[in-house]
Amino acid sequence: MTTTPLSSILLVLFASLIGSFGAVFLKMGAAHLNRGFRYILNWQLGLGVALFLGSSVPFLIALRHGELSVLYPMVSLSYMFALFWSRIFFKEPITKAKLGALAMILAGIICIGAGGRQP
Amino acid sequence: MASSVTAPPDKASRHSNKSIYMVLGCTVFAATAQVLLKFGATHQMPQLSPADSSTWMPFLVALLGNYQLLLGYTAHSCNALLLILALKDGQLSMLYPIIALTYVWVNLLSMYFFHEHMNAWKAGGIALVIAGVSVMGWASSRA
Repeated sequence: MTTTPLSSILLVLFASLIGSFGAVFLKMGAAHLNRGFRYILNWQLGLGVALFLGSSVPFLIALRHGELSVLYPMVSLSYMFALFWSRIFFKEPITKAKLGALAMILAGIICIGAGGRQP
Repeated sequence: MASSVTAPPDKASRHSNKSIYMVLGCTVFAATAQVLLKFGATHQMPQLSPADSSTWMPFLVALLGNYQLLLGYTAHSCNALLLILALKDGQLSMLYPIIALTYVWVNLLSMYFFHEHMNAWKAGGIALVIAGVSVMGWASSRA
């Protein structure tokens, strides 16, 4: 069906993993703001932004050989990773509502990706 | 126990709802940034050769004149700042998936600006993403 090679898919998985860690560090760094806005320059926020920007590198490499309509929806897998990291690092509960909402969002993004293949 | 049923929403839950609206704002900034960057990328730019200093000034002047590109990066910065402020109070596991709404805005904006076509898959996907974000918002209001 698809002409997207496995290497591109693994690269995008790697990119979404990096992106999800970017979100974790943004959340850690944002906690410093509770002490005042001038604490916005901290290493966690710096690393978070760097990981977000860095995650686009493997994604762009993957795009050279893969299809955008297949790879773009896969970036949203980082939301799933973030669910697990939130549980581990911030003790946020994994609820049925969160899982249901996430499933709907992922299904929706896959449909949008499929729609991009249509003429 | 019975009093908790009628108790008004506490401070924490109002906080998490405020964070959700902030992330909704993020997605609007992110989608606007993508459209602006796409316009900015088509802007005619002079050749830059890093070794040849005589090409630096014309490139810099053209870069500063490429207002779509600059506005695009500005919108991206606003997006990042707003996301950080939202994450300060809200749950990451709820706020992060809401960023998916960016896909919805980009699709709708692309129809208008780049004349891309809507089809059943895209429309269904957009409806699913909006429904999922709504469930997340509902879950946060009772968290």
